[in-house]
Amino acid sequence: MAKVFIYPATSLILSDLVARFGHKPLGAALGIRERIQTAGVDSPPLQITPEEPKRGLKYAAVEVPSGVRGRMAIYGPLIEEAEAAVIVTDADLAFGCMGCARTDELILFSLRQKGMPILELKYPTTEEEGVQFVAAIKKFLAGLPNGGEA
Amino acid sequence: MMAEYTPDYVGTVTKYVFVESPSMTPGELALRAYEASEGVLIKETCFGLQVTGEPESVDRLIEEIRAFDPTHIFIKDRGFPPGDPRRCRANLGGARPGYLGHEREFRILRYITHGLEELDRRGEEAEVPETAPVSEKKPVFDIKRLQEIIETEEP
Repeated sequence: MAKVFIYPATSLILSDLVARFGHKPLGAALGIRERIQTAGVDSPPLQITPEEPKRGLKYAAVEVPSGVRGRMAIYGPLIEEAEAAVIVTDADLAFGCMGCARTDELILFSLRQKGMPILELKYPTTEEEGVQFVAAIKKFLAGLPNGGEA
Repeated sequence: MMAEYTPDYVGTVTKYVFVESPSMTPGELALRAYEASEGVLIKETCFGLQVTGEPESVDRLIEEIRAFDPTHIFIKDRGFPPGDPRRCRANLGGARPGYLGHEREFRILRYITHGLEELDRRGEEAEVPETAPVSEKKPVFDIKRLQEIIETEEP
C-alpha cells in the first residue's frame, strides 16, 4: 500500500479511487483531523493556531504570507510522507483566496520537485473519458512500488 | 486570553459515504449500514452517510458498505466528526463548508461509475491510454478544411 497525495486535496473522486485500488489517499482531511483531535488552545474553526505559520517555515520562506505558511503546515508533512501523487489539473473546485491559490501553486511545485511518480489528468466530461480516467488511475496505481490490489 | 480546547472523538476516524445510484437512496443505505454497524456511529445525510468510530471498525464497515453497490458508492475521509458546531450547517446556516466542492464532483460521478463498470466488463482487455486523458476543445470548424473549400471553390 503506497501513500498517494491527491490534488485537489479535498477530492472525493480521487480519494475514493485511490482507496478503492488498494492505496492510502493523503488529503486535507488527514491534516485537519490531526488538529481537531489534538488538545491545545481553542482556535476555531480549523484549530490553526499561531504555531502553524512557524511550522510552515520549513516549506516556505519567512517573507511568504503567514496564510500560505499556515496552510503548508497542514499539507507539507503530507507531501513529505507521499510516495506518489495524482493531480487533476483542471479542478475548478480548487479555487480560493490568494492564500489558497498560492498554497496550491506551492503544493504542485513541491510535488513535482520531489521526483516521485505523478499522474496528471483532467476531470472526465464524457462517458468514454470516464473510462480513460479510471483506467489511467488504475494503471498508475498498479505500477507503484508497493502496488495495490488493482 | 485564549480558551482551552478539549477535543471530542479522539482516536476515531470519520468518513463520508456518497451514494449516487438509481437503485439505492441514502435512507436505504443508512438502514442497511445500521444492520452492519456494530457500534460505529452512523449519521444519515442528504447525499449518503457519515460514519465515525475506531479506525478498524470503520474500515470493516466501509468494506461492507462498498459491497452494497460497488460502482455507485464513493467514500472519502473527513476531518471533523459529525455535528461539529464549527462545521454543522444547523449552527452556521447555508451550505456546509466543503459541500459545494462535493456538489461539483457529484456531477462527474456518473462518468466515474461508467468507467468502473466498463473496466469490470472489459477486464484485462481494457484499453489504457498511454497518456492521461485530455479533453481538448476542438474548433467548431477546422481552418484547414476551410482552406480546402476555398481552394477547390466548392459551392
